[in-house]
Formats: sequence, structure tokens, C-alpha cells
Amino acid sequence: MNLPDQTLAHLREVVAQPDLSNTPYEMVDFIGRGGMGAVYRVRDTRLDRHVALKVIDASPLAEARLLAQLEHPGIVPVYDAGTLADGRSYCAMRLVDGVRLDVFLLDEHTLSERLSLFEKICEAVAFAHNCGVIHRDLKPQNVMVGAFGEVVVLDWGVAMWKETETGNIAGTPKWMAPEQAAGGAVDPRTDIFALGLLLSEILGCSAPKPLAAIANKASSAEPEQRYASVELLLAELRRYQDRLRVFAYRESLGEKAVRFAARNSVLLLLLATYVAVRILLFFL
Amino acid sequence: MPFELLWRVFPSTRHSLIEAASSHAGIGAEAMNALLEIYWQPCYRYILVRFLRPHEQAEDLVQGFFAALLEQDLLSRYDVGKGPFRSYLRACLDHFVLKNHRDETREKRGGGKTVALDTHDAASEDGTPEEIFYREWQRSMFSLAIEDLRQLCQETGRQVRFEIFAAYDLAEQSRPNYDQLAEAHSLAVTTVTNHLAWARREMRRLLELRVASVTPGESERRREVRLLLS
Repeated sequence: MNLPDQTLAHLREVVAQPDLSNTPYEMVDFIGRGGMGAVYRVRDTRLDRHVALKVIDASPLAEARLLAQLEHPGIVPVYDAGTLADGRSYCAMRLVDGVRLDVFLLDEHTLSERLSLFEKICEAVAFAHNCGVIHRDLKPQNVMVGAFGEVVVLDWGVAMWKETETGNIAGTPKWMAPEQAAGGAVDPRTDIFALGLLLSEILGCSAPKPLAAIANKASSAEPEQRYASVELLLAELRRYQDRLRVFAYRESLGEKAVRFAARNSVLLLLLATYVAVRILLFFL
Repeated sequence: MPFELLWRVFPSTRHSLIEAASSHAGIGAEAMNALLEIYWQPCYRYILVRFLRPHEQAEDLVQGFFAALLEQDLLSRYDVGKGPFRSYLRACLDHFVLKNHRDETREKRGGGKTVALDTHDAASEDGTPEEIFYREWQRSMFSLAIEDLRQLCQETGRQVRFEIFAAYDLAEQSRPNYDQLAEAHSLAVTTVTNHLAWARREMRRLLELRVASVTPGESERRREVRLLLS
């Protein structure tokens, strides 16, 4: 049988579609495909709402069970999980209304908006780490930015419990820490590596030097050189925002003076006013 | 799949390989059958495009290549960790055609210098040779799964399901709608949709079986199925 290209394309599409016959869901459309499976927009006929249905042909329910442990505003919540009539597993999740981070970054945003976004990602990842979960596939495509600036970290398909032995290499090569790419042991610092790259991406090429230094430290090749936890990375970012010294960056005397002036601008202004008044009084 | 069907699917030139396979210690006739069914056409088309060989010569080269796979026990040297089996097979094919060309030119020149073989990596209208190999692999897999489905329906008295599937999913021109199919087969529309869902589910299962027949390891099988359908 010589299948024409058009028929082959149609067959591939219909055969890949999940068989929803034993579920309460109705197909609406295809959203996208990741490393571990495909995601569809479906209608939950019981509650009459749209949800994201992830169809996975890997370990059944692992992602759903893991996600169920992570209740955080920055982590996509799981509603339901099960097995389809065609034998594949599915996981129904909240349909996040928004744009992917890589698309969001194409528009102009202020530095403080960008930093606030990154902080929200860090908070979600820090929460997961504190629950004992490592994401292992952090990248702009796995972060959604909502209409009100809310941030949701998606795709926990290759996430794992901290104490689990890996052996398998999972993730996206461009965003993988060296130890992850080599199939070595992973820990929270593996996600910190990806967060460092993510920070560079979020800041763009015009990043202030101290922030670029934070991103570089987070994405150091050696895990020991990185921040030991996401909280430490966040603390360093907040030091920058509070105009305090950033430990990852060695500043010059001039930069120190500028930072001091910016941090104490009110005090300096009062001092200058006082001196000006005194001089004025002296001459009167 | 019964052997009668295989004989129908394959031209007689390939029988000798299968016979050789059955007497070979490393690979069984059944596995060789599966391999030939899936990879004959991709290899053949690949040689046509990449090495610009005439049809007959391309057929001979594919025949020789599969014979060499058996004789040199190349399949046992495949390492799952180094990439998909398809890529390994294509690399072996490249090596085989180039070596064959070297041997031929040496013979013609009485053992003298060999002439480099022209290869064409550039994309044609249909894509690069690699893309053509990949697409032909998909086409082979689906064609075989359709044959499997046809046979399954025949054996289990579900010919109507196959007819509905063929009329709708294999339509080359205009696709009939569900109402037309229901009327043509005197069935309710819901039965038509159920039959189609069943056929597609079975197609997927049969595709997975086909992939499993020539794929070592569970993770490799999953990866190949994902590639077939993505």
C-alpha cells in the first residue's frame, strides 16, 4: 500500500489523538507536544469547564501524584488522572490562561517587572524543593505568565523526588546542568543552574552587571559554585533590589559610591540642604 | 503476520534474505521479516535520492545491504545508548554503499585509485535524503499497520469496521461525513464514530507491536512510537 502524504498526515493525527471514550472529557483542540507527551484542551463534561489534558505514554500517574503534593499558586494544579481506553495515561490540569514566558519576553518590560516575574518562578521552585521535588526541565517554554502577572510553572513530567536515584537523563539539553546531562546525581542545584540561565534570558543583553553576576553564579558548571538553595538566590536578588552589596559581584569604588548614594539619597539630600542653608545663613 | 501475506507484500528478490535469516544464528527469520518489511522502502528511496542510483541498481544495493547485515552480523553491534536504530541502520547503509562503490571502481581500474562517489545531501523538493528516509519509514510503518488491521478485521468478522475506517481515514480525495457513512452501512451515526474510534485504537496498538518487533528496549520503543505520531 502506497499511502499518499496527505493520508499519512491525517492518519498520524487521528491515531495520535487520545481515546477519551471512558473519560468525562471531550476533545476541543491540540495545545502542544512536550518530551513526555501531548497536551490537549478538553471540556470536562461534568463541570462544564475547559481543562488541559496531558496524555503520557510513560510511567502512569507519576506526574499527577507528584503534582498533587505541590499546592502552590505558582504550580499548575492537577484535577484528575487515570488511564485512557487506548492504554495511555492522562493527567487533567488547570488550563492556564496566559502566554508562555518566551513569548512574553518578546514584548518590552521594565527591569522591575522582569525581576518580579523571576522571583515568582523562584518562589514556586523553592516551594517544590522544600517539598522534596526537583523539576529538572525549567525553561521559558514551561512557564506561563497570566493576564494579571501571575506565573505558573508547568510540565513536571520529568520532575523527581530529591532522594530518588536517577540513572536516566531527562530534560532539555540547552537548559540542562552538566551533571544532569551526564546522567549524574541531581539535587536542587540542578534546578538552580536552569534558573540562572532563565534569569539571563529574562534580563536580556542589557542586564546590570550585578544581576548578570548573579545569573552567572547560579549557572556555574560546578554545582558547588552555585547558590546552595533557591532561597539564597532570591536573597541575593533582593539585596540587589535593596541596593545592598551583591556577593556574587565585585564592585569598583565608583560603583560602591553610586550604590551608596542611591541607597541613601534622602539622607544625602537632607545633608546637602542643611549645608546649603548653613552657607546661606553664613552670608546673610 | 502469516508468511503468505509477507510473500504477497514482498517481491521475490527478498525471499532469499529471509531464507538466509532463518539459517543464521544471530537473527531469526521472523525478526528479519519485520526488518525488511519496514526498512526496505526507506533504504531504497534513500539510495535513489542520496546516491542518485538508477532504480534497478538501488534495488540490488538494498538487497546486498540486507544480506551484508546478516553476513557481517551488523545488527548485534547496535548500541541502544548511541541513538535510534533507524539512524544506525542508515549509517550502515551509507557505509555499505560507499564501500560497494570503492570495490567496484577498484575492480574496474585493476586495483588502482578509487573515484569518490557523488552524494547529494542537499534538500530536494521532497526534503533531504534523511527526511525522505524518515518519511518512508513512517509510511512503511503505517502501511503495515493498516494491513494488520485489515487482517484482524477479516479474522474477527469486523470487516464493516475496516470499511468505515478505510472510507474515512484512508480517503485520498473528499472524505465522506459520518451521516453518509452511517447511511451507506445502515448504521447509527454513534456506531460509526464508535467503529472509527475502535479502528484508530487498534491501529495504534498494531503500530506499537510493529515498532516493538524491530526495537530493542521499552524506552526506545516509546521514543519511536512518539516519533511516528508526533
